[in-house]
Amino acid sequence: MSRTVVNAMVNGEPVEFLAGGGQSLLDALRDELRLTGSKEGCGTGDCGACSVIVDGRLVCACLMLAPEAEGKRIETIEGLADNGHLHPLQHQFLEQAALQCGFCTPGLLMAAKALLDRNPDPTESEVRYWLAGNICRCTGYDKVVRAVMDAAADLRQSERPR
Amino acid sequence: MSDGNQGGINLKVVGSRPVRPDGVDKVTGRAQFGADFHLPGMLTGRIKRSPHAHARILKIDASAALALPGVKAVVTSSDFASDATGEIEAGEGHAAIQEIAANCLAKGRVLYQGHAVAAVAATQPEIADEALELIEVTYEVLPHVIDVEAAMAADAPVLHEDMFTKGVTPKPAHASNVAAKHVMGRGDVAAAFNAADLIVEGRYETAAVHQGYIEPHACVASWGADGQSTIWCSSQGQFVIRAMVAKILNMPLSDIKVIPAEIGGGFGGKTTVYLEPVALALSRKCGRPVKIVMSREEVFLASGPTSGAVIDVRLAVRKDGRITGAELTLKYQAGAFQGSPVNLGLMTAFACYDVEALALTGYDVVSNRPKVAAYRAPGAPMAAFAVESAIDDLATRLGMDPIDLRILNAVRDGAKTVYGATVKHAALVETLEAIKASPHYQAPVAKGCARGVAAGFWFNVGGESSAAVHVDEDGGVTVVSSNPDIGGSRASMAMMAAETLGLPIERVRCTVADTTSIGYSGVTGGSRVTFATGMAVVEAAQKVVADLKRRAAATWECDVAMVEWKDGAATCTDPSKDVKPLSIKALAGKSAKTGGPIAAEVSLNAQGAAAGYGVHVCDLQIDAETGRSMVTRYTAAQDVGRAIHPAYVEGQLQGGAAQGIGWALNEEYVYGKSGLLENAGFLDYRMPVASDLPMIDTILVEAKPNPRHPYGAKGVGEVPIVPPLAAVGNAVSRIVGRRMSSLPLSPAKVLAAMGK
Repeated sequence: MSRTVVNAMVNGEPVEFLAGGGQSLLDALRDELRLTGSKEGCGTGDCGACSVIVDGRLVCACLMLAPEAEGKRIETIEGLADNGHLHPLQHQFLEQAALQCGFCTPGLLMAAKALLDRNPDPTESEVRYWLAGNICRCTGYDKVVRAVMDAAADLRQSERPR
Repeated sequence: MSDGNQGGINLKVVGSRPVRPDGVDKVTGRAQFGADFHLPGMLTGRIKRSPHAHARILKIDASAALALPGVKAVVTSSDFASDATGEIEAGEGHAAIQEIAANCLAKGRVLYQGHAVAAVAATQPEIADEALELIEVTYEVLPHVIDVEAAMAADAPVLHEDMFTKGVTPKPAHASNVAAKHVMGRGDVAAAFNAADLIVEGRYETAAVHQGYIEPHACVASWGADGQSTIWCSSQGQFVIRAMVAKILNMPLSDIKVIPAEIGGGFGGKTTVYLEPVALALSRKCGRPVKIVMSREEVFLASGPTSGAVIDVRLAVRKDGRITGAELTLKYQAGAFQGSPVNLGLMTAFACYDVEALALTGYDVVSNRPKVAAYRAPGAPMAAFAVESAIDDLATRLGMDPIDLRILNAVRDGAKTVYGATVKHAALVETLEAIKASPHYQAPVAKGCARGVAAGFWFNVGGESSAAVHVDEDGGVTVVSSNPDIGGSRASMAMMAAETLGLPIERVRCTVADTTSIGYSGVTGGSRVTFATGMAVVEAAQKVVADLKRRAAATWECDVAMVEWKDGAATCTDPSKDVKPLSIKALAGKSAKTGGPIAAEVSLNAQGAAAGYGVHVCDLQIDAETGRSMVTRYTAAQDVGRAIHPAYVEGQLQGGAAQGIGWALNEEYVYGKSGLLENAGFLDYRMPVASDLPMIDTILVEAKPNPRHPYGAKGVGEVPIVPPLAAVGNAVSRIVGRRMSSLPLSPAKVLAAMGK
């Protein structure tokens, strides 16, 4: 099994790892880099538990081949908090009890971040359709949607000049 | 036992909404779930599964696989203990160990597509995959049967030649797929129907549905050369996993340590084993740790689901709307092995209503489907779908408000259930009234929409649990729970300890212990953890308080009766003593001088779990072109006793409602003619996503706290999946203009019913 060397930026840090030709980015993150925060719920791009942001685009890490990560900028759940300070999304998920088992949570948080990166003031409907690729079986989404809306408001507040 | 309900007065922590102690780990990706664990030298395990719905295994030849470099072990059912027998208490029912073993690795026959036949462990995933292909299994394909009534037919292919229907006398002459017939009832049903002013009847069907947890089953097992072994796995109960693995592999319990990983959803489906004994058998064969993780396809093919059902219901009714008698027949799929929750269906079907005469019959039927596993209020939602639909028909025929009709017939304290229990502390009427008064129910139905309501019941259980409370040297506290935290129970455990000790919640942390670090506990299931394990936590905290008071009394040289515990400190009520209160911090700091470390562990068998009742109201509209139903407004009210952490209780109601909506509208196992599952993935097994649902409003009814729990808690997790099937179905039926009796109410079915 021949493997190729892949160089990428993961959460702002340069990484180098060996990837098999058929290996998914998710497997590389989890098995080579031991970044197990991204989860595999399906392996077919249906559940979103492996959501990561690659060069600013939300992707299912299970659908991207690891060698394709060469030269890319990858954001994962492990990089969402800033030097130990929770992102407003993380903070709101905790405050609003927007997680029960917590397995889909990393993917939901990364998907929500990708939304707020491009749309700082989404409607409830926009949040629901954006997150439609992230299945949560525990919460019924009510508290998740509220947490994302409130985190968006927090972010708008913090970016407004004081 | 505990002091009893504290009446809701002066509660400082219980009823608040603190951040859960394990929250940060779960929003930062640090929490370790089943598949996240890694050991040096660890091998990858893979399972060889049946491509047939039903076949005899003639031969398994693993020689080519074993010859492949990197392959370290292959196991089949012959690696399991041949004499493993007995039953294991697994939360909401007993499980026969032989059948669990034969489900983990097939013995003689494969009984459904995806049934495990053999397993391999190899140094690389790619090698394990290649080895699976090299394991040669020779089958004699047998005729199969999928649907429950087809499986009951006299000429159906029989799955188990030694299965003679239990509960029938005399014993049947021939083996069949009907594992058991259950009969339950009371009163003179024939007389009730003879005297009835009105009879309502219907035939209902529900499809098999999967629990749909997002985390596939996963474990790592490591066998030691002396037999002492460790299993890391995601489950709803480390002790039950230990018990099952020990029996299947014929090992002493004390040689197996099960370390609970975080669990990515279970809903009942992780109260049993699929991988753990297989992984440990592989590890035993090669002396290396073995990790097995299911793919999503394997989860659908070979774990869960819950029973599809065919249900006949008849109600005898007086013209004022009072239901005087009922007949019900439940036919539940058990999957390949006996053990559907049909008995629970019979017990719960009319549990919301005070019906004098009942004749209930249930059939537990095997067919060539995966063995069913517990799923949130096992057995109840299907039966409730039929009964609550029939009651809706009754309301329509009488021209009565569906809530008023239910209030008229609702059980009240003192009523007898069909299974013999007396109804106590029930707030069904209050819950119905809460829905009736809700802004949702008071609002007119929007144009183009229809409204459905339904009620539901679940027993909730108590049972065996353990917990410890450790006071740290600085006066902080660690609570040790015996139950995996599936949805925030670390928070409720810590809160109950904080309340009892008079501490702020931030001073109390909670951990979930492995099987060697805390006393036994049953599964995280049956809506029992906040009640039973919570009771153990409170009793341990009460012991700690008693110990702290004793230490304060010794310090002050006064009678312990003169010491009160309040706000985390001992105060002396002896007027002759001029002493300042001693805080837990002060007492902990000098514990060495007053008797050593301060800690207590309590193991108990919690009795007095109170049943819960839920009432849901659903507004929806149907796209006339596609037949797709869209829920536009939804409210769930529930008799919760007292909510310890209201946000997580609301979350249970919302999540249960969402699962029930999926069950009603989309989810089903679809089989082709060859008996193979056609939709073993999330793309085709369509669970609700965020854009399918509206906000789900909740009403927590706290009218009747449970006096048997120190803070009044009732189980809350399972009730909310019981009402939605009929709440949704009743709304759809109203729009379509006739009774929609077969779930799921998929667009195609709805379009056909609308004549399109």
